[in-house]
Amino acid sequence: MTATATRVDESAPPKPNPGRAPRVISFSQRLSRWDLKVSPYLYISPFFIMFLVVGIFPIAFTAVISFMDWDLVRNSGEFVGFDQYVWILGQPQFWTALRNTFSIFLLSSVPQLIAAVFIAAMLDRNIRSKTFWRMGVLVPFVMAPVAVALIFSNMFGDNHGLVNSVLTDLGLPAIQWHKDAFWSHVAISTMVNFRWTGYNTLILLAAMQAVPRDYYEAATVDGAGAFRQFRSITLPSLKPTLIFVIITSTIGGLQIFDEPRMFDQFGRGGAAQQWLTITLYLYDIGWGQWNFGRAAALAWILFLIILIIGLINLLVTRRLVRDEGRR
Amino acid sequence: MSRRTKAIAAIAGAASIAIIATGCSPSSDSGEEGGKVELSLATFNDFGYTDELLQEYMDENPNVTIVHNRAATSNDARANYFQKLGKEGLADIEAVEVDWFTEAMQYSDLLAEVPADAKGRWLDWKEAAATDGDGRLVGFGTDIGPQGVCYRSDLFAAAGLPTDRAEVAALLEGDWDNFFNVADQYKAATGKPFIDSANSVLQGLVNQLETAYEEPDGTIVATENPDIEDAYNTVVERAVPISAYAGQWSDDWFASMANGEFAAMLCPGWMHGVISGNAPEVTGWDVADVFPGGGGNWGGSYLTVPANGKNVDEALKLADWLTAPEQQVKAFVNAGTFPSQSDAYEDEGLTAFTNEYFNNAPTGEIGVKRAEAVTVATYKGAQFFQFHDALQNAVTRVFDGVEDQTTSWNTWVTEVSAF
Repeated sequence: MTATATRVDESAPPKPNPGRAPRVISFSQRLSRWDLKVSPYLYISPFFIMFLVVGIFPIAFTAVISFMDWDLVRNSGEFVGFDQYVWILGQPQFWTALRNTFSIFLLSSVPQLIAAVFIAAMLDRNIRSKTFWRMGVLVPFVMAPVAVALIFSNMFGDNHGLVNSVLTDLGLPAIQWHKDAFWSHVAISTMVNFRWTGYNTLILLAAMQAVPRDYYEAATVDGAGAFRQFRSITLPSLKPTLIFVIITSTIGGLQIFDEPRMFDQFGRGGAAQQWLTITLYLYDIGWGQWNFGRAAALAWILFLIILIIGLINLLVTRRLVRDEGRR
Repeated sequence: MSRRTKAIAAIAGAASIAIIATGCSPSSDSGEEGGKVELSLATFNDFGYTDELLQEYMDENPNVTIVHNRAATSNDARANYFQKLGKEGLADIEAVEVDWFTEAMQYSDLLAEVPADAKGRWLDWKEAAATDGDGRLVGFGTDIGPQGVCYRSDLFAAAGLPTDRAEVAALLEGDWDNFFNVADQYKAATGKPFIDSANSVLQGLVNQLETAYEEPDGTIVATENPDIEDAYNTVVERAVPISAYAGQWSDDWFASMANGEFAAMLCPGWMHGVISGNAPEVTGWDVADVFPGGGGNWGGSYLTVPANGKNVDEALKLADWLTAPEQQVKAFVNAGTFPSQSDAYEDEGLTAFTNEYFNNAPTGEIGVKRAEAVTVATYKGAQFFQFHDALQNAVTRVFDGVEDQTTSWNTWVTEVSAF
């Protein structure tokens, strides 16, 4: 409303209007013009001010500390250049942690997203008591990750765990969840998948609901089956959402912490670093060894890794999910 | 996957800071002489400082109000301690666990000194560990963990071993070799492991050494120390085959206490509560007044007073009172924390104490004898925790069959060289 009114006012002066006295812009008018220009920025500024204080400042400070030998208690440090980065990259534990992080990330994100897309597709169909099922998939997400980890680590106990009891009852060999690196990753990924599949499902479901139903009707008329419809209509329309979901789960997957930390009693990634992840390693350097310079350097290395993987992700997803649906 | 948790943690953190801030503010305006003083006391787990005990002090000193904050674990307390030490926000009295006490000792100049009249009250080695290079005593010793041997008399009987606690003590009396021989005998008879974990043996062995990984002057001797290499080899060759688990505190380990997977445990006083809590139905547990290779101490805590607190003098008085022998005996009865003051060992409340769960074993008296048997205070440098943890991992790798004895030792050497 205001917008149109002002625009009329602005366009008015050039027109000769002899019947009217020279126009004086009143203070309230001027105020409403400022209001128009400035207000939106004011309205969104709280977020950016907050972000500046609690986001940018810590990030920048971390960068500063990463070049220093930092003493947390005395709050002072000595500039050492890239030493901390060199130290981190020279640690065998870092490379093991990197391997574990990627292994757990792939074991969780890939099956999780595939499952989420299919569950969403099922929920998108006409089923009875829709809301019940839709809310049902979100129940695991409501549980605290630590609670999930506690329950699952009970299940994945080496000697008295539920899963191994079942396996041995069936005459199969027990799996050494806390000794074999691969199986520890499987166990941790299971916790992650349990918690996050429902969350991703709901996001994808929301996107599917936004796909115009006409497409499906037209496809049905043309004789396309359910799978063909899914492949040619649903998937392409999901593209932006898929990119979002993949990027967020990449960031989450590379920062995985709660589940491996709760996987055994020490929370340090196993005796032979079987399930040490980057964030776990970072936490141990920071809060275990109180070496914040090194921890900050590792945080920045992790940040760069996430950035690179995120970009690769974006490119690959763009290419894979072809956008046939676009104009 | 933990973005949400982080947000919650941040909010919780902010909230707790706010709580601490508000908790501290009254004391700041009431610090003057003769006025009301509010003292905050921060502990973790269970120190045995019940409300009744603290009320006693408040009755004696009407101008003092005590606010007791209890963290769930010593890890939480540790994180909080080092984040705020030298800044603001620590309680007037902060409890420090012996595992990270050496780290705290690096900042001994930031802690208030224990009053001179309290000195000499504790066991020598307990006090020595809290004295810094300048001779300042900065920690009030609370409890210690003199180790005995807890055993299952029913399983001992089944393996043809004696069951009476005096006979068991006689059987296990001597060096570690004798202990392992009995263990081998038990294993041969039953086919089951004798003790709970290989790393508890490592703990026992290392706690009997004069120096572990660092010399008192700061030189790192971890990989060159022949005693450490001996301890490692002993554990791998003799303890691993007779242990049920590599380390303690896993879900499996907790579950195992009730189901008779093993027959004995190396047992500091505070472990009694762990056993009775996790195996309430089992009736066979008992305690023997013996420890392989002499005595050994495992665990224990200190109270410290940050020097920049608002009410340092009042805080020192309270810490002094809390760690006085009489109060420590009360804390022992409350929570089983074994006193670190020799005067307390003559107290009836301690010496006459029997533990019903452990077949009425006189755990108070046994504790006193075990405490007196401790002759060595291992020097634990600032990085003790890191070195020891890595060595425990080395034992675990062998136990798990991930690496053999030599490879695992070499891995440890590589890891240690990076510290």
